[in-house]
Amino acid sequence: MERIYIFTRFERFWHWTQALLVISMMITGFEIHGSYSLFGFAKAHQIHTIAAWALIILWVFAIFWHFITGEWRQYLPTMKDADKVIRHYAWGIFLGEEHPFVVTRARKHNPLQAQAYLAVKLLINPILWISGLLYLYYNELAALGQHLDLATIALIHTIGAFMMLAFFVAHVYLITTGHTVTAHLKAMITGWEDGEGAHLAKRDQ
Amino acid sequence: MKFRPFGRLAQFGLGNASLLAALLIFGTAFASEPSSFKMDSTADHSKFKELQQSFSSGPELTKVCLGCHTEAAKQVHRTKHWTWDFLNPENQQRLGKKNVINNFCISVPSNLAFCSSCHVGYGWKDASFDFKSEENVDCLACHDTTGSYRKLPGLAGHPPYKDMEVPPGSGKIVKAVDLTKVAQKVGKSSRDTCGACHFFGGGGDGVKHGDMDSSLASPDRDLDVHMDATGLDFTCGTCHKTSSHEVPGSRYTPVGKDQGGAHMRGKEDKSNPATCQACHGQAPHKDGGLAVKLNHHTDKVACQTCHIPEIARGGVATKMTWDWSTAGKLTADGKPIIKKDEKGRVIYDSKKGDFTLGEHVRPEYAWFNGKVTYTLLGDKIDKNEGVTHINKMGGSASDGQSLIWPMKVFRGVQPYDPENKTLVTPHTAGNDDTAYWKNFGWEKAIDAGMKASGAPFSGKVDFIKTDMSWPITHMVAPKEKALGCHECHAKAGRLDAIEGVYIPGRDANSLVNTLGWLAVGGTLAGVLLHGLIRILRRKH
Ligand code: HEM
Repeated sequence: MERIYIFTRFERFWHWTQALLVISMMITGFEIHGSYSLFGFAKAHQIHTIAAWALIILWVFAIFWHFITGEWRQYLPTMKDADKVIRHYAWGIFLGEEHPFVVTRARKHNPLQAQAYLAVKLLINPILWISGLLYLYYNELAALGQHLDLATIALIHTIGAFMMLAFFVAHVYLITTGHTVTAHLKAMITGWEDGEGAHLAKRDQ
Repeated sequence: MKFRPFGRLAQFGLGNASLLAALLIFGTAFASEPSSFKMDSTADHSKFKELQQSFSSGPELTKVCLGCHTEAAKQVHRTKHWTWDFLNPENQQRLGKKNVINNFCISVPSNLAFCSSCHVGYGWKDASFDFKSEENVDCLACHDTTGSYRKLPGLAGHPPYKDMEVPPGSGKIVKAVDLTKVAQKVGKSSRDTCGACHFFGGGGDGVKHGDMDSSLASPDRDLDVHMDATGLDFTCGTCHKTSSHEVPGSRYTPVGKDQGGAHMRGKEDKSNPATCQACHGQAPHKDGGLAVKLNHHTDKVACQTCHIPEIARGGVATKMTWDWSTAGKLTADGKPIIKKDEKGRVIYDSKKGDFTLGEHVRPEYAWFNGKVTYTLLGDKIDKNEGVTHINKMGGSASDGQSLIWPMKVFRGVQPYDPENKTLVTPHTAGNDDTAYWKNFGWEKAIDAGMKASGAPFSGKVDFIKTDMSWPITHMVAPKEKALGCHECHAKAGRLDAIEGVYIPGRDANSLVNTLGWLAVGGTLAGVLLHGLIRILRRKH
């Protein structure tokens, strides 16, 4: 069996910490939003605030890491082979066809994946982050004479949260579409993408 | 209360031999606490020759007080406690107890001999009262420390000078006051002296305010964290810091939003010393993970809103509604009726009509900027408007002067003149042939009352719905008992009716919610369908 090492130790740490934080922020965020009650408002607020700082610190590290390692290029949008990938998810996957995209160290994500993750990084995260910080500091801003409308800040933050939740649902499903149901999951845990020799050999061409 | 055994003993006179013996015996035990030997005051009034005589009336005693306290009566003369008259400088309304109308016992002028049992004077029974008279100032109402000084309704502000049966025919005897004893033990005002009137506003214990009743005479920490008799032991005067007999912190011109810091000695602080902020400042929350967030609330939410979770927390019920229109029902043989609820509280009285009472009542909440506008005698009112507001509380989210305050909203139905379209001032109390409580005839009672008020009356009587708001500020609970976030940050929470502010947990944009859940639900449905087909095809 051939294996390829695609997720470094830092990437895996970053991914799982981020997952934990984002999940807890979604759970507590929608409780704050009034969608249900679980921890109680006070606890939800506390967890959300602590996780917000943890997530921001993590993001700063991750951005730094991406630039130092040049890994940010993984997310450069491309349409090359995108049509094949779309056709695969819409049709080929049901026929048991091989995934048309070949994972390499240089290109870990298929074009659709890369674009989705780029959207998370450049759109959803900043929406949540910026509106979240304004939400945290609108009192201080008001004291400085910057009177922002809290309802608007909350609205933007909530839109970001819905986008994140929708992404999360799709993401959790899509990781089951590797060459086995758990292949992607295992890769993010161990770092190694493994599979049938033929499959990887073909990819390595 | 701090243990001050000798302060107490001192009150009873150190000349007493047995007390002196007690002092010697206990003296060693308390030697480690020398402060307890001290009497607060530098003057022991029982030692003054002038007070070692008998007095036949209050004014006679007052003259003696004024012999030393030469300026006291003049100071009292300038206060609302004396004049019952107050010109609101903000809107030029003439307020004060003798002018305003409420929806409890309604009004003062024709009922003075009864109402003036809570006047700091002697003899105010009608318009002829001399407001310049110094000897008519009642020093004891506020400076009694014995608890034995009591002014009775009907005596025009005098205490009983001889034993009296109250009410007449009841067999209950009220003892004549011992003016000499009271005079020799005068001291600072206390929760009891202020409470003698302010706990009983509206005609009985706790009736009016809902945050002031006899349970505050000796409250525990749970009921009032400041007045806690075994803790901080504040008196009313600790916050209502009185100077020259002028007591600050009136409900006619309250402070809706105190934006100043805590008062500091040496710095001139002209603001009301009775606000929470006057001691606690603008960032009162110091510890705990939520302190910063809680301090963020102080620009919108009055301290009282979270820290006084309920009205009437001390075991004394407060009146919540009063319907005068049902008053006057009599038994077949013409006797007035009293009905009580299962707890023995009066809920119908022929003299007054129907009541409802409440304990542990959740307040109503409103933006309040401290500006109060009264509906006064002569102001036009309209039954078609539904409810006439006896007082309108100013305030809004956007005026920069308001905070969200807890209120007791007292709702009533009371007589009015449907022709002149004004409130009326019935003559209720008295042993004469127009007083409502004796004769049960509205026309005569209102006619007499309106004459005393100097206002026109058409002779027609109808009833109108009124309400009156009382900002809640006493009975501050300990911090563990303050409201939790979820009380307001929730749908249908306490601040459900508050407009003009975004409250997380209560508010959400329904369009964004709908679209958001549709997007999430759509994604979920899409992936489930995709997965299902994969499973059915069993290929992958
Ligand atoms: C995955 C990330 C996040 C999700 C899903 C999320 C979700 C939410 C949601 C749904 C709300 C309720 C909004 C409302 O109804 O008013 C909320 C509130 C809030 N969020 Fe987030 N959020 C996330 C990240 C962040 C970040 C990064 C910050 C700070 C930088 C932040 C700060 C806040 C603040 C301050 C509130 C207001 C409630 C409070 O004070 O506890 N959030 N969040």
